[in-house]
Amino acid sequence: MELMSGNEAIAQGAWEAGAHIGVAYPGTPSTETLEAFAKKDGVYAEWCVNEKVAVEVGIGASAAGARVLSTMKHVGVNVAADPLFTAAYTGVGGGMVVLAADDPGMYSSQNEQDSHYYARAAHIPMLDPADSAEALRFTREAYQLSERFDVPVFIRSSVRVSHTKTPVEPGPRASVELKPYEKDAGKWVMMPAFAKPRRKVQLERIEALNAWAEDCPYNRVERRGTAAGVVCAGAAYQHVVEALPEASVFKLGCTWPLPAEALRSFADSVDELYVVEEASEYLTEGVRSLGIEVSGFANLLPRDGELSPGLVRAAFGLKEPEHEDTPAGLPGRPPALCPGCPHRLVFKELTRIKAIVTGDIGCYTLGALPPLSAMDTCVDMGASVSMAHGFELALANTEHRPVVAVIGDSTFAHSGLSSLISTVYNRGGGTVCVLDNRTTAMTGRQGNPFNGETLQKRPSRELDLEGVVRSLGVEDVRTIDPHDAKAVRGALKSATSSSELSVLVFRAPCVLLERTRKPAYTVTGACTACGVCPTLGCPAIAKDAETGRADIDPGLCIGCGQCAQYCAFNAIEQTEGSSHE
Amino acid sequence: MSNSSNATTVLLCGVGGQGTILAADLLAHAALEAGASVKVSEIHGMAQRGGAVTTVVRFGDEVSSMVCDPGTADCVVSFETTEALRNLSFLAEGGYLLVADEAIKPLPVATGKASMPAHARETLADRGATLIPAGDLAREAGSAKSTNVVLLGALSTRLPFPVEAWERVVADRVPPKTVDANLAAFRAGRAFADGEGA
Repeated sequence: MELMSGNEAIAQGAWEAGAHIGVAYPGTPSTETLEAFAKKDGVYAEWCVNEKVAVEVGIGASAAGARVLSTMKHVGVNVAADPLFTAAYTGVGGGMVVLAADDPGMYSSQNEQDSHYYARAAHIPMLDPADSAEALRFTREAYQLSERFDVPVFIRSSVRVSHTKTPVEPGPRASVELKPYEKDAGKWVMMPAFAKPRRKVQLERIEALNAWAEDCPYNRVERRGTAAGVVCAGAAYQHVVEALPEASVFKLGCTWPLPAEALRSFADSVDELYVVEEASEYLTEGVRSLGIEVSGFANLLPRDGELSPGLVRAAFGLKEPEHEDTPAGLPGRPPALCPGCPHRLVFKELTRIKAIVTGDIGCYTLGALPPLSAMDTCVDMGASVSMAHGFELALANTEHRPVVAVIGDSTFAHSGLSSLISTVYNRGGGTVCVLDNRTTAMTGRQGNPFNGETLQKRPSRELDLEGVVRSLGVEDVRTIDPHDAKAVRGALKSATSSSELSVLVFRAPCVLLERTRKPAYTVTGACTACGVCPTLGCPAIAKDAETGRADIDPGLCIGCGQCAQYCAFNAIEQTEGSSHE
Repeated sequence: MSNSSNATTVLLCGVGGQGTILAADLLAHAALEAGASVKVSEIHGMAQRGGAVTTVVRFGDEVSSMVCDPGTADCVVSFETTEALRNLSFLAEGGYLLVADEAIKPLPVATGKASMPAHARETLADRGATLIPAGDLAREAGSAKSTNVVLLGALSTRLPFPVEAWERVVADRVPPKTVDANLAAFRAGRAFADGEGA
């Protein structure tokens, strides 16, 4: 027995099934899946610039006969939806498995959409493991399912399946040959003349899948009492079993298609049938659409966020354990940009010029939080650049504050670049700040085209970011050291005072990449308690509640010197300690 | 045990970067070695950047849910006093509350927008907390980075796994160069908790 996270188990399952191509863009809670797969023997794995590209590379490899694993977070499925819907027409060559990792509760995401709806909408079968052992087995067997029904297969997980370690029994790798590729335009060229007959093939496949689902090996009934029966899947199943030891349970391991007859007969075997699911009504709607009556809960089940056994018990009107109340008035502890983070001064200066800042997805989204509070919007990957263009269009011919887009290097490669091309094409103005910290930081420091690191450390090339932008015809392209406050201020001032489109590249490595520390800074007796340095939001700087004077924690300070540049009284000085790692 | 299942629930909480995940990993492997079924639930990503973090370890003959509700944790192990207060509601009646005697100011306090809770240590002591100078003990044992393992040593006195199994897991799973410091940290934590219990 070995403890594995759901993500590691999915990687193991794919490896055991003989998958040898892995493609993804990182995204919490899916990231470790491809990282774990990439470390295994006999596989090729790569980070692609985005999920759409990853799935297309995957479809190509599958068409050519390989078994393929593609992984993404739930919002990544939106990006990849275009090829996925049509891959459900073409079908596969080698088996293709796509992980959609949901984030109910939004621990690290901008929404909590439910990927089940994609399975239903695209007619792609979806397996829904509830722990790592199932994640391994379902993924391994999903390849046979994919090849048998000639369709990609979704593995759906959630943060509590992907990031919970549970015991698994890993097995050996199957030896799987490439399926020979043969040209077949009717299958692979989805122009109307060929897509129409493929649609008929898809409809026949849906019928076949419906029949298969009735006694598929991934669903099971756990008979307990007859008073209540609960339909559930994934992490919610675990909470239900714990919360309702008397209830019978229909555990769905395959959540599309639903087994109509099996569910009807389960419903007939209990007095009341309930559906318990997280942040969604997918299963409830699906069961009701079969003509099955679904009972209401005694109390409402939360419609948003994660479930827990206690929340399930509460919905059924059952008693919860006694517990202490959380003391009132505790200070919050939100995440923050790290001490020495190269993004900090860009946000500080954007606040000073009162810019309208369209933000993007990454660590730097933390610039939206106090005390920096330097972001106006954050919607999806790449949206900073295109939304800035929208702001400029709507505010044209009005007196308005400067509009500035802020985007990280990896996000820029993911989809910011196509937004920028569109802005340039339409002669848009404004300022785009690319915060190039040389890594995909938030998800754990993965490679991307602008740092030239690949997943399996194969040779690559580092894309010339400024060169790419210049080649689009942007004339004002500058590279700035983001630790230099004056340089940051000057560049932003000049860029935002011109009506031309400017691209400012702020380049310095993420502090988590190099982990070198210079001697810490300290606050001297010259401090006047002016209160400026704490507004940088550096976790190492604290303001004394009584005197208002600043204090720097030498254990947290990494000696970046950003704060010293903001002290008008020269009261922040570097100590003589030694540099260390 | 307070859950409808017979699993034991340990909630570890602290501040991102304090080593809750390694401590949870060691605890889980100690349980696995003892033949128990185990689930360890962690949170990654955005929450880790200096934010409040919790990891839940559940073990027993059969473990279903991987999360922990208020009033159901047999042990709450907090790496910091404010986080101990924040997670107090998870402790089951008669549960073990183990808290590193250290306060870390969150950003809203550092910037003067909020203040630290008054009388945190007293409130925790009132609730029967074992306050342990885990950072000091770790430094004495050889490395401040082993604070998490000091806490694990103290926790181990309340769990039914033999000390040899704990030490084997620590030696097997921490980075090779840190084995001695971590074993010393584990023993220091264990000795402290034994002293408290006496």
